[in-house]
Amino acid sequence: MSLLSLNAVRARIGRERVLDGVSLTVSAGEVVALCGPNGAGKSSVIRAAAGLLAVESGRVRLGDDDISRLSPRQRAERLSYLPQERRIAWNLPAVEVSALGAPFLAGEAALDRAKEALLAVGAGHLADRGVAEMSGGERARVLLARALVVDAPLLLADEPTAGLDPDAQRLVLEQLRARSRAAAGVLVSLHDLTLAAAFADRVVVLDGGRIVADAAPLDALAQPVLRQVFGLDGTWIEGPDGPLLAARRVQ
Amino acid sequence: MSRTVRLCLILGLVIVAALAAAVMIGETGFDGAQYAAAFSDPTSGPWEVLWQVRAPRAVCALMVGAALGLAGAVMQGLLRNPLADPGVLGVSATAALGAALAIVLGGAGVTGVVEMSALVGAAAAGGLLIAASGLMRAPEALILFGVALSSFAGAATALIFNLSPSPIAQAEVMSWLLGSVQNRSWVDVAWVTPAVVVAAVFAGLSAGGLRMLTLGDEGAAASGLSMGRVRAFALIAAAVATGAAVAVAGVIGFVGLAAPHLVRAAVRGDPGRILAPSALAGGLMLVVADLLARLTPTDQELKLGVFTALIGAPLFALIAWRAAREWRL
Repeated sequence: MSLLSLNAVRARIGRERVLDGVSLTVSAGEVVALCGPNGAGKSSVIRAAAGLLAVESGRVRLGDDDISRLSPRQRAERLSYLPQERRIAWNLPAVEVSALGAPFLAGEAALDRAKEALLAVGAGHLADRGVAEMSGGERARVLLARALVVDAPLLLADEPTAGLDPDAQRLVLEQLRARSRAAAGVLVSLHDLTLAAAFADRVVVLDGGRIVADAAPLDALAQPVLRQVFGLDGTWIEGPDGPLLAARRVQ
Repeated sequence: MSRTVRLCLILGLVIVAALAAAVMIGETGFDGAQYAAAFSDPTSGPWEVLWQVRAPRAVCALMVGAALGLAGAVMQGLLRNPLADPGVLGVSATAALGAALAIVLGGAGVTGVVEMSALVGAAAAGGLLIAASGLMRAPEALILFGVALSSFAGAATALIFNLSPSPIAQAEVMSWLLGSVQNRSWVDVAWVTPAVVVAAVFAGLSAGGLRMLTLGDEGAAASGLSMGRVRAFALIAAAVATGAAVAVAGVIGFVGLAAPHLVRAAVRGDPGRILAPSALAGGLMLVVADLLARLTPTDQELKLGVFTALIGAPLFALIAWRAAREWRL
């Protein structure tokens, strides 16, 4: 059974249609990458899946349940959401920010889980440091730890690698991969097609709010899609850590 | 003992000392025998001065300051903005409009009418803000709505002042707008205290949500907390606290802005844990400011609102300068 299913979802933000008949599923143990150019609808899919974007028509389900019928707490128990926004309003210590991922645990239990999550993302040494004094990469790790504090069966991550150095990008995706190995379903939006091909079980390509391809990474990101959606003339070659995209812009 | 509890205990002890100073020190000096009478003879003049004039005034300043400090902390947490205070969202101005309207319509002669009008004004502002917060999720949009509300209420108050035929009513409105706890009695304390308790309960109910808003609207919305309820509770707390403060003491600026900043570092920036220390710091600030205003040798006693604004305006500039450097706004 799918942890998440979107069925013919249409949605607008203001007057602009951002999703136009999107259908996809995410199952337990699966990493699904959402790829597409800016404005393709990747964030909108994730926000709709999190219940944060009002759906005009179609259905969003978590398991058997329509997301609109679940209470905020029921949703939070079933999914963890890592937003694209990385601004943290106040200079809280990293451990307190991480503990925000477990608002229904008692104070000490939440802090213990938060420390474990920080260790898991390689940020254990940052636990007592204020987030305003951190680099963007360090803050990204702290926010990832917040999303991993609870063992929600579904993890939604909106461009978690944006603005990070290559090492930090891999660390983030390895954490998501590890979560999927622990039977969670992961839906992640990514701009880096090589990373998507290396880490995802399936890639969903979006363009103009519609799904263009939904298949295994190299099938979904085959030459016609690369050309049509991304304006790239490219081929996949075998690299040491998985497939690498060699591409140039279509003239 | 947690850091926050320790901070509250320290602030509580300093408040007790400040209240004692505010009761014992004043323009009228007493000798040892008179102080002895003040503690033993309820029919004596010194007893009257200490317990019927200075003590209710000091406690009133404490409660008003606590209300403003609490409202400031709630608003800064809700709007995720270190420069927010009860005046920003227009609650103070709308409460003052309610009071001004009651004064020019002759309500000043009837006990409680002006105070109730100020509370109604604050409640109206609170209701409008709750409705607006449902429509505009972005804190910037809510701030702009509050600025518009504040400007409108200020203009309406000025219009009332302008059109009032009675110079006495005009003077009363002006006195209200300047803010003071002069001549406040235990009746005023009895007015403001329950409102502060109600505001504190609603603020406490919103504390977890204010902490979650640290992550932004979307992060908070996906946290499992009902953010609509958090926003409503926070705005009710801010409106009730500000309305009660304006009802009893008129418009007193900058306490709501400054109090949270005095204790923010001690609670490591936590917008939920800052609420109680901020209320205590606000109360302490106003007790001390009122004592200083009383003791400043001027022909006419300095109005408390003027005094806090004189100190608060440079403080505001300092906070803005530090905020620009530290908070990556």
